[in-house]
Amino acid sequence: MSERMGFFTDTSVCIGCKACEVACKEWNDVPDDGFVFRATSYDNTGALGASTWRHVAFVETADNWLMASDVCKHCTHAACLDVCPTGALFRTEFDTVVVQADVCNGCGYCVPACPYGVIDRREDDGRAWKCTMCYDRQRGGLEPACSKACPTDSIQFGPLDELRERADERLAALHAQGRSEARLYGESPGDGVGGDGAFFLLMAEPEVYGLPPDPVVTTRDLPSMWRWAAAAALTMAAAAAASTTWRR
Amino acid sequence: MARERAMVPKAEFSSYYGRPVIKAPIWHEPNMPLYLYLGGVSGACAVSAALEELRAEPSRRLGTLARLGSALGCATGAIFLVTELGRPERFLNMMRVFKPTSPMSMGSWILAAHGGLSAVAAGSAVTGVLPWAGRSAALASGVTGPLMSTYTAVLVADTAVPAWHEARRELPFLFAGSAMAGAGALGMLATLAMPEEAAPVRRMAVLGAALETVAGAVMERRLGALAEPYRREPLMRAARLLTAGGGALAALSAVPARRTGRTGRGALAALSTLPSRRTGRGGRVAGMVLAAAAAAALTAGAVCTRFGVLRAGRASAEDPAYTIVPQRERLAAAERDQVSG
Repeated sequence: MSERMGFFTDTSVCIGCKACEVACKEWNDVPDDGFVFRATSYDNTGALGASTWRHVAFVETADNWLMASDVCKHCTHAACLDVCPTGALFRTEFDTVVVQADVCNGCGYCVPACPYGVIDRREDDGRAWKCTMCYDRQRGGLEPACSKACPTDSIQFGPLDELRERADERLAALHAQGRSEARLYGESPGDGVGGDGAFFLLMAEPEVYGLPPDPVVTTRDLPSMWRWAAAAALTMAAAAAASTTWRR
Repeated sequence: MARERAMVPKAEFSSYYGRPVIKAPIWHEPNMPLYLYLGGVSGACAVSAALEELRAEPSRRLGTLARLGSALGCATGAIFLVTELGRPERFLNMMRVFKPTSPMSMGSWILAAHGGLSAVAAGSAVTGVLPWAGRSAALASGVTGPLMSTYTAVLVADTAVPAWHEARRELPFLFAGSAMAGAGALGMLATLAMPEEAAPVRRMAVLGAALETVAGAVMERRLGALAEPYRREPLMRAARLLTAGGGALAALSAVPARRTGRTGRGALAALSTLPSRRTGRGGRVAGMVLAAAAAAALTAGAVCTRFGVLRAGRASAEDPAYTIVPQRERLAAAERDQVSG
């Protein structure tokens, strides 16, 4: 097992050029995701999906423009990976989460399990797809296509420990400049998903960018769910036994 | 009270152009809800089949019917399940792993075990071959049956879908009740011509309808604002009415069939203009009509419940308020705890 690799996306320097979206599509041969004019902002991609593995959000506020390149978070406790019934989703030697396209049978369970709404099924193909953090490039010693293409170093790739240190420094610098709205998102191993392998520096509340404010891996509650189901199963057996005519 | 409190913050949350935060379930209609219905019914039938074996004087007819219901429900349900996959030809990949963190993996193994046992039990009952194997399989399916009827509640609750995940306590009871009501209804239809055998299936239908109704009411009460997707879903409302009404009708259908005048008095008799004092031809026909109506309502109710749960889940995923507002409230509560602690 090598070091845990990750992304640190510093949205304070994102210029919304979408080079990351394009580079991702080119390298990973991701098909088009529809040519939609959404008429809400400069963002016509809309959201992450089966054929959108980087998504640049664009928000116009009263006093500035917010831009942020969203991506799969490669969670420490990944719900998609937990619920996958075929083992198609697996954790790589870089501690990232990847779908094996030759195993996935398109059951669709990972789709509503993800607390960030990242993974999705490509309906014409029938399988689930998402960001691999360019697993193939990483194995070849290269950085992922999106971070390679990013012209402002808003997307930084590297060992997660280093990225966390760098993020803390960047946050302190922004706060020193009086940018008190700056905050880190997904950097804490203490959050509901055990920390993200791809985390962010945001300039507004997460939900403004379409991110959940307090995501929790759904399988955290699984033991209690099985207990409730067991209680219901016993109730059912007891009710059925009570329905039976034992003696005539 | 919980409803009123939760309605307030909904107006003041921010989102990304009103877009959903999470992806809605992509499971299709009618496949997924019909699988939930058929799998549930199969499980409840299996319990009946096992209990029939445990009785002092088993009824061959009831036992065979229950075994057939279990096997057919499981087989047709499995077809809907496989066709739901994006790559149906890879359905056997479900058997690659045994994964306790995935309710779908556990469900696949439960389905495989339950389907095999049900098929052996039904095959033996129909052909008369290897009665001891059929009996053992029927008894064993009494264990897989309740799992079959309830694991699907864990399956849907183990997602980020707010209306499902937060209903994780009540959904297994809702599904168990719905399964019993559905199986009891089919049993009532199958025993229309032999009312003297109908008492166990009728009682199962009534108890199932009661369990489903109570579980649904408790769930909506506890969910607060997250109950809205269920309350707003017409199929869910229809399911509540059909199940409660069907359960009442099933209870009533017992009245004309009874032999003595003891049940001819009181509210039940007042409700019905039927000849309940005697078990004449008229009473028998009235009992059959009531039983058929009850079975139809309960079946429709059980099916509507499964469609309604899917649609309510989808609605809660598609509206970012249901994802963001409870998470914000959770963060605020944690902050308050920190300040006061």
